[in-house]
Amino acid sequence: MVRHSDDTQRTAPDGGPNPADPADPAAATPATPAAATPATAATTKKSYKVNTPLGDDGEPLDAEALQEYTRDQGHKGDYRLIGRSMREYRKHAILAPAYVVGEAIVEILIPTFMAYLLDQGITAGNMARVWQWGAVLVACAIVSLVCGFASGREAAIAAAGFSKNLRHDLFEKAQGFSFTNIDHFSTGSLITRLTTDVTNVQMAFQMTIRTVFRAPVLAVCAWIFAFRISHSISVVFLAVIPVLLVALIVIAGSVHPIFVRVFHLYDVLNNNVEENLAGIRVVKSFDREEHEDSKFMRISQRIYDGFCKAESRLALNPPAMLLCEYTLMIAIAWMGAKQIVASGNDAALGLTTGDLTSLVAYAMELLMSLMMISMVYVMVIISRASVARICAVLREEPTMTVPADAATDVKDGSVEFSHVTFRYEETSEEPVLDDVSLSVPSGSTLGIVGGTGSAKSSLVQLIPRLYDVSSGFVRVGGHDVRDYDLDALRNNVGMVLQKNTLFSGTIAENLRWGNPNATDEEVRHAAELAQADEFVQGFPDKYNTMIEQGGTNVSGGQRQRLCIARVLLKKPKVLILDDSTSAVDTKTDAKIREAFAHEIPGTTTIIIAQRISSVQDADQIIVMDRGRIVARGTHDELLRSCEDYRQIWQSQTKSMAQPQAAGATAADATTTEGGADHE
Amino acid sequence: MSDATATSKTTAPKTTAPKTTRQRAKGRPGMNKHGMRINPGTTRRVIGYMMHYRWRLALVALCIIVSAAAQAGASLFLQRLIDDYILPMIGAADPNWAPLLRALTLMAALYLSGIVCTYVYSRLLITVEQGTLKTIRDDMFGHMQKLPLRYFDSTPHGDIMSRYTNDADTLRQAISQSLPQMFNSLISSLAALIAMMVLSLPLTGIVVVFSVALFAFVRVLTTRSGRFFGEQQHELADVNAFVEESISGQKVIKVFTHEAATQKDFDKRNASLYEATRNANYYGNILMPIVNNMGYLLYVLLAVVGAALAIGGAGNVSLTGAGAYTTGTIVSFLTLSRSFVNPLGEVSQQMTSVLMALAGASRIFELLDEKPEVNDGRVTIVNASVLDDGTIREADHRTDQWAWKVPAGVRVRADIARMSPVGAGDGGTGAGDGGKIVDTANADRTQSAPAAKGTVVVTPAATLVRQRGDIRLNHVNFSYEPGHEVLHDITLFAKPGQKVALVGATGAGKTTITNLINRFYDIDDGEILYDGINVKDMDKTDLRRSLGIVLQDVNLFTGTVMDNIRYGNLEASDEDCIRAAKLANADGFIRMLPHGYRTRISGSGDGLSQGQRQLISIARAAVADPPAMILDEATSSIDTRTEEIVQSGMDALMEGRTVFVIAHRLSTVRNADVIMVMDHGRIIERGNHDELIAQRGQYYQLYTGAFELE
Repeated sequence: MVRHSDDTQRTAPDGGPNPADPADPAAATPATPAAATPATAATTKKSYKVNTPLGDDGEPLDAEALQEYTRDQGHKGDYRLIGRSMREYRKHAILAPAYVVGEAIVEILIPTFMAYLLDQGITAGNMARVWQWGAVLVACAIVSLVCGFASGREAAIAAAGFSKNLRHDLFEKAQGFSFTNIDHFSTGSLITRLTTDVTNVQMAFQMTIRTVFRAPVLAVCAWIFAFRISHSISVVFLAVIPVLLVALIVIAGSVHPIFVRVFHLYDVLNNNVEENLAGIRVVKSFDREEHEDSKFMRISQRIYDGFCKAESRLALNPPAMLLCEYTLMIAIAWMGAKQIVASGNDAALGLTTGDLTSLVAYAMELLMSLMMISMVYVMVIISRASVARICAVLREEPTMTVPADAATDVKDGSVEFSHVTFRYEETSEEPVLDDVSLSVPSGSTLGIVGGTGSAKSSLVQLIPRLYDVSSGFVRVGGHDVRDYDLDALRNNVGMVLQKNTLFSGTIAENLRWGNPNATDEEVRHAAELAQADEFVQGFPDKYNTMIEQGGTNVSGGQRQRLCIARVLLKKPKVLILDDSTSAVDTKTDAKIREAFAHEIPGTTTIIIAQRISSVQDADQIIVMDRGRIVARGTHDELLRSCEDYRQIWQSQTKSMAQPQAAGATAADATTTEGGADHE
Repeated sequence: MSDATATSKTTAPKTTAPKTTRQRAKGRPGMNKHGMRINPGTTRRVIGYMMHYRWRLALVALCIIVSAAAQAGASLFLQRLIDDYILPMIGAADPNWAPLLRALTLMAALYLSGIVCTYVYSRLLITVEQGTLKTIRDDMFGHMQKLPLRYFDSTPHGDIMSRYTNDADTLRQAISQSLPQMFNSLISSLAALIAMMVLSLPLTGIVVVFSVALFAFVRVLTTRSGRFFGEQQHELADVNAFVEESISGQKVIKVFTHEAATQKDFDKRNASLYEATRNANYYGNILMPIVNNMGYLLYVLLAVVGAALAIGGAGNVSLTGAGAYTTGTIVSFLTLSRSFVNPLGEVSQQMTSVLMALAGASRIFELLDEKPEVNDGRVTIVNASVLDDGTIREADHRTDQWAWKVPAGVRVRADIARMSPVGAGDGGTGAGDGGKIVDTANADRTQSAPAAKGTVVVTPAATLVRQRGDIRLNHVNFSYEPGHEVLHDITLFAKPGQKVALVGATGAGKTTITNLINRFYDIDDGEILYDGINVKDMDKTDLRRSLGIVLQDVNLFTGTVMDNIRYGNLEASDEDCIRAAKLANADGFIRMLPHGYRTRISGSGDGLSQGQRQLISIARAAVADPPAMILDEATSSIDTRTEEIVQSGMDALMEGRTVFVIAHRLSTVRNADVIMVMDHGRIIERGNHDELIAQRGQYYQLYTGAFELE
């Protein structure tokens, strides 16, 4: 039976140990609110997600956050995994560096031609030579320009395309997520992964393909030229490289975990902003702007700290580069001087001053290339954290699977629960639904009543398989819901959720979610059935009226009716209304139910309601309390057999006792409608 | 710009006055072309933010100059190395290496200082860059908190969120990498330019003219590229908004098997983003090849002209005087022209990230330019104690009694307000101390008669008005959009301690009224009085603190259950919160949660049922303990029996306080002192339950509508 909700207090911790006493501050140290293993705690509902790994100011991570961290640390094969998203842009990703190499080769040749122009033309005072080499240089510039344009274009296409595909893949993956999957991340986190992280990868990728060959080609050419001049000095060139590499790798290694943390804080920040936006009415009416501000600033500060820490390590990079460059310069100067003096500046005997000038030029060239590589490297380090975060989404295994030979045909609208036990989290001790068995014949109506938190919504969400049962099974049309193709199942099970959501778009667009091919007439008809047509017609733009995000520009009752119209367009075999007329007045409510009875008589209808009047005509009514069915029967039967049901009924109707006397005649006159759909 | 933005925002008000036109050019309402380009003045404002660190920046500039000098020293050194040190040693039987070693040591010292400076400025820049970013983020959030509700109702949340991450992030790269590099390059270019002028002014003239032409061309490209970057940030925000909305509405998407359609919608936005990104990057990528290769052209041009001049024996003018063109001059000049152009190429390469940052900053400043809610009310709330004789006295500690502190010159309805001049009673002399205590209010009026124009006095000096929760609306008209009036001539009053119910069909304007009392929106005509004071004269935050509000859609915040209840009153002790939870009948289920009151919930509160969330939000309002409260469908998802218990708890709490109740369940409103029946923005009936039943009007019909189902 439905118990008074205060009963819950009495019977609370049957099995599990008593939850931490909130009155006792010692019982819960703020830093580890959720660190206890979930198994030891009595869980009535889904596990309570910990969104931020750090307490308000504390550092320790709980198990879940730790798991999140390891997940985002990155794995082997991450790059190969995201590389799969390249697809049709692979061609561009190859062409871009190819053009870059062309550009680089011309760029290497140009200084030589310049030298010719100087030596043979100007120094020699030969105008014809000036023109000749000038023309060659112009030709080179044109070739280089063309290559530069082409590579710029290809790189832009490749990078933008790659990121487009990555976003597509991420979104597609997220679409296939079950709610358990989504809970592993958080909305804010999924958003940052789809935008900020992808942008990071995109920028690093573009930088990479524009320099991946260019810099090495320039470096190798520079070294070869240097080698041709002086073997011994060119070896010094090589000596710098390992030093530099070690420095870069050490910096990168130490910086990566910091970036993982900082990006995680971005998620926290994003969640914080999202919550603030969603709850702005609450913020403003409690005058909590400053409180919110300080909350935000705390996260902002931590992001600041994290970035500062990471970047101060990256700041070692440029001086390390310079150290190598300058060491090399001095080494060349010293060794060069020795060799020149030894050779007497005679080309035949060894190094000359001209050679030394060239060597320095090549050294500069080499170091410029290395500098470029190190810049790209920094971007790659930063993006590595992003890559790992993207891959964590791509790797996430959907917790809900569909068999290969899934049934696609839902025979009828019968619904059957057989010994269903359900937990939102496998580790929870106390199930949300406990051994529920129930049979709803096709075309009949089931009413569900029960106290707040009695798991009514959890029960019906198992029917379209929004969640999977922990044990037992749910059958629709005679088959286990897990045997159906998800689309087929959900197309036949229409559901109006308790938390109604409309999407930005016009009313007609929103309603067509039920059936994309519905004609205007059908849309209107559905709205009429849901008693929504009247107010929609009252809008200046009627069905083309724009709905704001979340449907904030229509009232709660209007939203509910639009949601009902939306589901009606679907013509489902099973229709579930989860407290979806709570903001609709009783008369309209009755009209809606009447429309159901007349217009879709063969549809199995399951109604969760607070008002008994909403379910009293149902073929079967169940009364739920804390995850169990405590009574079932028709309205009349329950009035007789179930004390609590009777009490609710009386509490809802006793207020009418007086008017009944006062307005008996009027009341009598209007009873006809209500009785009609009793069959 | 703010004008244009403002108009674009006003098109989307909350509630039943929808937009008149279908603005989905880019799949997003309320957004015009405005958000898609880099607004002028953005650079200046970013620099303004960085100027908080002007000393650090000065030091950074100094360090960059030193490190640039070290770099320049490296190339200059080479020439001197050969001329001064190596050549003299050639042929010497016993070369003296000491001078060379000394020179090398000196160079090493210069280099070392360059390295140190590079490290110092890199480190300093981190503080500048991250500090600037943090300030901008914090400013943005702080400013956002002050924006009127209209802004939040009309801007997609994901779009706003994007400014904190995607747009702010663009600045990171620009400030930390691009700016120092550009500065470095510009210094090198400048040095080369001066050196060129030392060699030859006419040739430098050619360089300058060429460069100006080149930059005019580059500017055209950057303008175009800038537009695409603006578009890119805008499209990115669009994708952000779409993802946010679809993930929040994932359940509905699944229930309607709308995944494929949603994916298609996403791909459409994704494709627009792709296009903008591709174009932006394309224009960004070709800048450097253009500048570099134009540099080669310049080189050839200078070579030809220089050679012609030298061979022709033309006269040369330089900073150091006049002379003839020598081939040596030309050769040196040509080399220098490379040193001039190369850094410019590097500058142009950095333009990409600078433009992107400006596009991001533009969007950030757009948010910062949104006009905040005006809060110019001067009437504030103070702790007060009321003496036996009715005199009100300001208290410096919490007394659980409050008074409005009204400055001089505010119009107050003397027949409603219970006033004492500030300072009255300070000497303990009581009411007689010049205190005119007006307490003529509440000569019984009936609600059915509109309040007559009461006695209005203008406060001569600072006055205290006791806060009692008397709320009156006089002839209030309101429209979300001009021309679409949604409330017509609303007059109602709630005396302290009364429970006023608003009943009516959905869309009748009930919620709108509550939005007006706490000034989420401002009325067009009429007046709203709180304790006889026009709410327009009140400090908005104090007004809102004096009104508890519980909404149908419950928004909780990430944190523990306890945190969420305490949100109503940050000073509340754990015991206070638990007491409030008990009152709201939430204590029972909260104790069942894995960690009781310490259970952490996420903002969307997914683990809680809608009804449980409502109970928590009632506890949250209860702990705030306001003198007046608005319950907007606050119990709609709670079963009727729990509601009864909650109701009795609330009644106990609200004893002597004013409550507005909006509910569809007539059982919820039945015991209200006054019931207002609303229809299409008008009050069509008023009275208590029995009176309305007797009237046999709309209320009666609604009521018997419920009844007929028996």
